[in-house]
Amino acid sequence: MTLLKIEGMRVEFPSRRGSVVAAKDVNLELASGEILGIVGESGAGKSTIANAVLDLLDPPGIMPKGKVFLEGERIDGLSLEQMRKIRGKRIGMIFQDPLTSLNPLQTIQEQLVETITTHLPMNNKQALERSIEMLEKVGIPEPAIRIKHYPHQFSGGMRQRVVIALSLCAEPDVILADEPTTALDVSIQAQILDLMRKLVKETGVGMIIITHDMGVISDVCDRVMVMYRGDVVEIGPTRKILGNPDHPYTRSLISAVPRPDKRLHRFPLVEYIEEAGVPYKPIDIKTHWLGQARDFDKPKSDHLISIKNLEMRFLTVDSVFKSKRKYLRAVDDVSFDIREGEVFGLVGESGSGKSTVARLICGIYKPFGGQVIFDGTDLTALGSRRVANHYRRQMQMIFQDPFSSLNGRMRVGDIVAEPIKFHKLASSNAEVKSIVNDLLDHVGLGAIAAKKFPHEFSGGQRQRISIARALATRPRFLICDEPTSALDVSIQAQVLNLLKDLQEELSLTMLFISHDLPVIRQVCDRVAVMRDGKLVEVADTEDLFEAPQTDYSRHLLELMPRLEGLSGAG
Amino acid sequence: MVMLTVALIAFAMFQFVGDPIANMVGQDTSLAEREQLKEDLGLNGSIFTQFGHFVKNAVQGEFGRSYRLRKPVRELIAERFPATLELSLLSAFLALLVGIPMGVFTALRRDSWLAQGFMTLSLIGISLPTFLIGIFLILFFGVMLQWLPTFGRGDVVDLGWWTTGFLTISGWKSLIMPAITLAIFQMTLIVRLIRAEMLEVLRSDYIKFARARGLRERSISFSHALKNTLVPVITIIGLQIGSLIAFAIITESVFQWPGMGLLFIQAIEEVDIPIMSAYLLLIAFVFVLINLVVDVLYYAIDPRLRMD
Repeated sequence: MTLLKIEGMRVEFPSRRGSVVAAKDVNLELASGEILGIVGESGAGKSTIANAVLDLLDPPGIMPKGKVFLEGERIDGLSLEQMRKIRGKRIGMIFQDPLTSLNPLQTIQEQLVETITTHLPMNNKQALERSIEMLEKVGIPEPAIRIKHYPHQFSGGMRQRVVIALSLCAEPDVILADEPTTALDVSIQAQILDLMRKLVKETGVGMIIITHDMGVISDVCDRVMVMYRGDVVEIGPTRKILGNPDHPYTRSLISAVPRPDKRLHRFPLVEYIEEAGVPYKPIDIKTHWLGQARDFDKPKSDHLISIKNLEMRFLTVDSVFKSKRKYLRAVDDVSFDIREGEVFGLVGESGSGKSTVARLICGIYKPFGGQVIFDGTDLTALGSRRVANHYRRQMQMIFQDPFSSLNGRMRVGDIVAEPIKFHKLASSNAEVKSIVNDLLDHVGLGAIAAKKFPHEFSGGQRQRISIARALATRPRFLICDEPTSALDVSIQAQVLNLLKDLQEELSLTMLFISHDLPVIRQVCDRVAVMRDGKLVEVADTEDLFEAPQTDYSRHLLELMPRLEGLSGAG
Repeated sequence: MVMLTVALIAFAMFQFVGDPIANMVGQDTSLAEREQLKEDLGLNGSIFTQFGHFVKNAVQGEFGRSYRLRKPVRELIAERFPATLELSLLSAFLALLVGIPMGVFTALRRDSWLAQGFMTLSLIGISLPTFLIGIFLILFFGVMLQWLPTFGRGDVVDLGWWTTGFLTISGWKSLIMPAITLAIFQMTLIVRLIRAEMLEVLRSDYIKFARARGLRERSISFSHALKNTLVPVITIIGLQIGSLIAFAIITESVFQWPGMGLLFIQAIEEVDIPIMSAYLLLIAFVFVLINLVVDVLYYAIDPRLRMD
């Protein structure tokens, strides 16, 4: 039976310079008990569809064309009050970020009871009973007690369960889930997806999952619709789309997804993707600026970096008395070595302390205990600033968020020039300028980028700027803290390719931090797995993926989406 | 801590603003009499003993005698304080009563002509200096229409420890204009503040999720959005009420309102330091008190602070 049907939908965002078409010619049908995935990169118009169905488009969005039917009855163009009765009661919606989708000032009970009494003929007492039932159904332990709590007292995964309970509590027939697991850790993601699959099969509702993550699609969806820049590219059964796509965009999108099952040298060059930039031109390291004055040709040992019993605590409860202070052990007795010229991966879920390790190595945090030995020197025991700067120049960091890691008021050229000037690596301003232009050219942006400001660039391009800035000190060791997790897959593929090329060309040593196991498999030579501040396992990447030694590593690998039936493209 | 610092500043005024004896006595006072006066006023001890004395007395509400009026400062303040407090509370009440609904309205019906009108008015209100509004009001209602008195508190009822103008018609009549004058600036500020904050909250995910669950529009606007709006706004409103009490000076001078502001202005003209320092301390105390109330309110509204 068809629950939801969309015919010829078009969504526009009018602006002074003409309208932006966010989605056009969208046709789809959703049957009961079915999970339909909508996949695409940012700006593809996936969320727009869900918002348009419920008439929740952000102003000034409008739907000038198209029809929406709910169980055969037309629901577009209804009055505000009629539409309100459909929202929640007949079509429920789940949003991306569980941390912000609950009202922080109300208890879970208040929010659930209000939603239930608004839609169902129940008094407060019955509604409370139903609320507790719902919480139990979505897997919240001790629901009768937890219902009295406020949202901030729940973890991210638990909050998403509450959000799901809220969306389901008035028994809707259709659920629209907009990136329901994007903000969650892999293990939580697996639980939530399980839960959603179970609810759909049990209650026979129809669900649309909007996501950019091919793993989620292959895990739970019966059918998939692929979108690109507002166009529906293709729609069909999951197996067919993932395994044997018709459209070149789908093919290139799938080839950009990091494969969990085997290692490729680099991502196949993907067509259909914008901002590929200038093709990568190899440089002659012997004559190029980046190769000059590498005053560290002979390593003093095999290991460029050795970390010994590193420990970091954060004060959580302060007190005048030392014995009453409480600490969070963010990094607890961690030791590992990184060889010269290798890419060393650090993997773990959020809160495992992997970013803290990176910050300890490059000196943003001062360790509570332990040593960081860089090329034979203990960095934690350095005396003067001058000596410290000597080592700082040799290690650089690339951060996760390309939007907040670049100063928005400086021109890109100045951003890249700053480290060169600070470390006095060039003799004249003209030389600085030519080096900057050369670097920007080398990371695929072109020298013209130097005159622009960061906001004029997209996320992927900004990450290239960060890379250029990091290279500007001619580093020997590069720390990449989730460098691509804020990016779309196709952009991620390009940035990872670039990092790989640079690493090989300049024989950089890299510490690569990620929560994304397939990415780790594609990029790293060796991997360390972290959990709750402790090191769980260190192994060669292929060994870890083929034969994990510890339960936790095995557990993480099991949670990794299989992407079964993925096409051989690439 | 704050109070002690302010006390130090208030005390320092005594030290640096000239010799009070010279101001108090006439030319024909003998040297012995001057010495006697100095002894009485406790000006002969070391700076530390004097400061200790000052703090001890201040805690007990004793600020010495006014140089000019020859009356204990405590009595003077006690006489004037009710007038200022009544004026400020009424205007704060007016500002909140009108400001919050107007702010909510302008946020919810952003495009309606009424909301646009409110915003224009609030721009005028925020730009016009207080004394000008006061003078216009006096001109219009006091001089041209002759409805309301232009100065003073009117008839007041003495309750022993408090004098109030709330109980007589002439008291209310005299109160209205100064209260409105004082309220207008605060009101416009509150309107703009609430509007900006509320627009922010209305864009948030939880409001969108509340809409997507089909909750009633009224419940979304008031019980979900407004409550979240008030969390940051409370601080500013608290500080504004403090400044109403502290800086009613201009309004009080325009309307010759017999409050503390007027007393303070006169004290400055005469370099009447005990009054100035007492005023300073009192205002600091009011601010500290209001901050405390704001913190308690925060705690009541925002469950995230109730951790542990």
